[in-house]
Amino acid sequence: MRTNRRGWASVLLAALLGVTMAGGARAAESGATFGAHWKDWQAQADVADLASLQRGARDFVAYCLGCHSLRYERWSRLGKDLKIPPAVLKQDLIPPGQNARDYILSPMTADAVKWFGKQPPDLSLIARYRGTNYLYRYLETFYVDSGRPTGVNNLVYPSVAMPDVLSSLEGLKVAVYRTVEVPGPNGTRIQRKVFAHFRQIAPGSMTRQQFNQFVHDTVNFLDYVSDPPRLERHRLGVWVVLFLMVFTTLAWLLYREYWKDVR
Amino acid sequence: MSAEHPEAARAADPPAKRGLWAWINRRLPVDSFISHELTGYFAPKNFNFWYFFGSLAMLVLVMQIGTGIFLTMYYKPGAAFSSVQFIMREVPWGWLIRYMHSTGASFFFIVVYLHMFRGLLYGSYRQPRELLWVIGMLVYLALMAEAFMGYVLPWGNMSFWGAQVIINLFGTIPGIGPALTQWIRGDYGISGATLNRLFALHVAAVPIVLLLLVVLHLVALHQVGSNNPDGIEIRDRLGPDGKPLDGIPFHPYYTVKDIFGVGVFFILFALVVFFVPTFHGLFLEKANFTPHDPLSTPADIHPVWYFTPYYAILRAVPSKSLGALFLVLALVSLILVPWLDRSPVKSIRYKGWMSRVALAVFLVSFVGLGYLGMQPVEPIYVILARVCAIGYFAFFWLMPFYTRWERVKPVPDRVVYHAH
Repeated sequence: MRTNRRGWASVLLAALLGVTMAGGARAAESGATFGAHWKDWQAQADVADLASLQRGARDFVAYCLGCHSLRYERWSRLGKDLKIPPAVLKQDLIPPGQNARDYILSPMTADAVKWFGKQPPDLSLIARYRGTNYLYRYLETFYVDSGRPTGVNNLVYPSVAMPDVLSSLEGLKVAVYRTVEVPGPNGTRIQRKVFAHFRQIAPGSMTRQQFNQFVHDTVNFLDYVSDPPRLERHRLGVWVVLFLMVFTTLAWLLYREYWKDVR
Repeated sequence: MSAEHPEAARAADPPAKRGLWAWINRRLPVDSFISHELTGYFAPKNFNFWYFFGSLAMLVLVMQIGTGIFLTMYYKPGAAFSSVQFIMREVPWGWLIRYMHSTGASFFFIVVYLHMFRGLLYGSYRQPRELLWVIGMLVYLALMAEAFMGYVLPWGNMSFWGAQVIINLFGTIPGIGPALTQWIRGDYGISGATLNRLFALHVAAVPIVLLLLVVLHLVALHQVGSNNPDGIEIRDRLGPDGKPLDGIPFHPYYTVKDIFGVGVFFILFALVVFFVPTFHGLFLEKANFTPHDPLSTPADIHPVWYFTPYYAILRAVPSKSLGALFLVLALVSLILVPWLDRSPVKSIRYKGWMSRVALAVFLVSFVGLGYLGMQPVEPIYVILARVCAIGYFAFFWLMPFYTRWERVKPVPDRVVYHAH
């Protein structure tokens, strides 16, 4: 799925089906346990995977743009880099009232500080700032916590202000803890609660596998946005290095030729 | 010099021809400069790998100035962070120019550190090259100032907090400290005023000083001639034609060799610029990809890799002002090397085992300090940094003793060279 390039239309269709038919297949069955090794989860971001980037862009617009901007990226740049036809870009991604030349800005106002306690950060560079694995684990480790104003908490970013906006897709999960004994002061033993695993308590519209793919696509897209010329850079770099190798070989031959005289 | 008879004044030069070139040469000494500094400048023929880095340092300097000029066309100190993103995303080839400049900064230090280590290895600072070494050290200090200011310009959070830490070092100077830091910042805290003046210094003042010092470094080099891996003065062994027996004209022999070096350098440089420009957070740090925020201190503040050896020394000393003092001493010790080395020979090839061990200890300590300067402050790292700092200073401060006590090997009359 990661490597084949599907047509944009079919991707969009799949998206619409996935997002709107919230009552579909549910493999994220209640009671399922997982996540004991969440610290090892890898985003496996790959900016060469165009289909994944396109899905990620669609998901970003649907789930993130309400609060988060990409203030250094223009819609037109996104369309060009991700090979989204201008008509599709305009019809399905750009919010009404905005133009392709505009930067990707969220409609979120300064009220956000009142609602969440802080302004949702711009995500243009978040993948370079945090790293893709961090983002992947962050989006995958929201869990129900009635002690928080948002009703949820996060393993990567404890007490985070962001609500679990993806819960309709993922469903709800709780954190299950186990008790371990650690050495305390003066030879005593202290009992400490540590995270054991998640337990799914309510299903979402996606299976666990679908959700993982969703998060992978979103993180992949954010990775692209953090450094848009990367693909072009890699393509060009190959030719530059090849040219330099030829140049250096000739320079070496010239050097040998001149230095024949030196005894 | 008589204006009517320039040829008489420079008997060694080929007779001036007629035409435009001769016209120019009567008014500007182009030919005589070329023959004096390039085709008639004799360099030892036994230069090895370590002798590429002088010319490479000049190459990087030129590249930094060239790319820097283009960055200045779009960089705005008033909107620093977003103007850098504008360069990276919207200016045609802006990403290439910026990555060349940011990668160039790190490669500058790689090249300069290798160049300096060459000097330590073969005693290139010894008489009559003491001033050459001192000027080189001034180049290094100017380069550090230039790099620090350049690092602040993108105005990320690490830029801000790095500037905070470095400028506060001046506050440890007794008496004038607090007033001095305020004068440097131009404000009560790091602010837009500070950024604007660091920009001015980075693009105008320090580059001019750097260029002047580099010219002086070259003038001093050509005055005394290059050292070589054997540490033998080639000007002491002249042939019947009055030219050094072990010397070859810099041009074409070393120009053609250096072009090969430039090729290898650019391959490595391009691999970083095009494929790993952040170099896994070493050349461009993660924490600098978020705008500066005076209210949010990064979890772990440390400078870029090329400053971390000194930063580790600073942190290894329990008192802040004493730490700053040792930081200065670490640099002063390097400057004083020409007078600390009392060995009868120059090159490590003929020095005794003590010098070899000392140089190895220095190398391990310096690299170790560089690594430890990037680590969080934990007891084990601080202790290791102290051990490395002792190793670093022992190399310099014990040098007057071990270089005199040890047995040295006999130095040959002529340089060791194996023809291709």
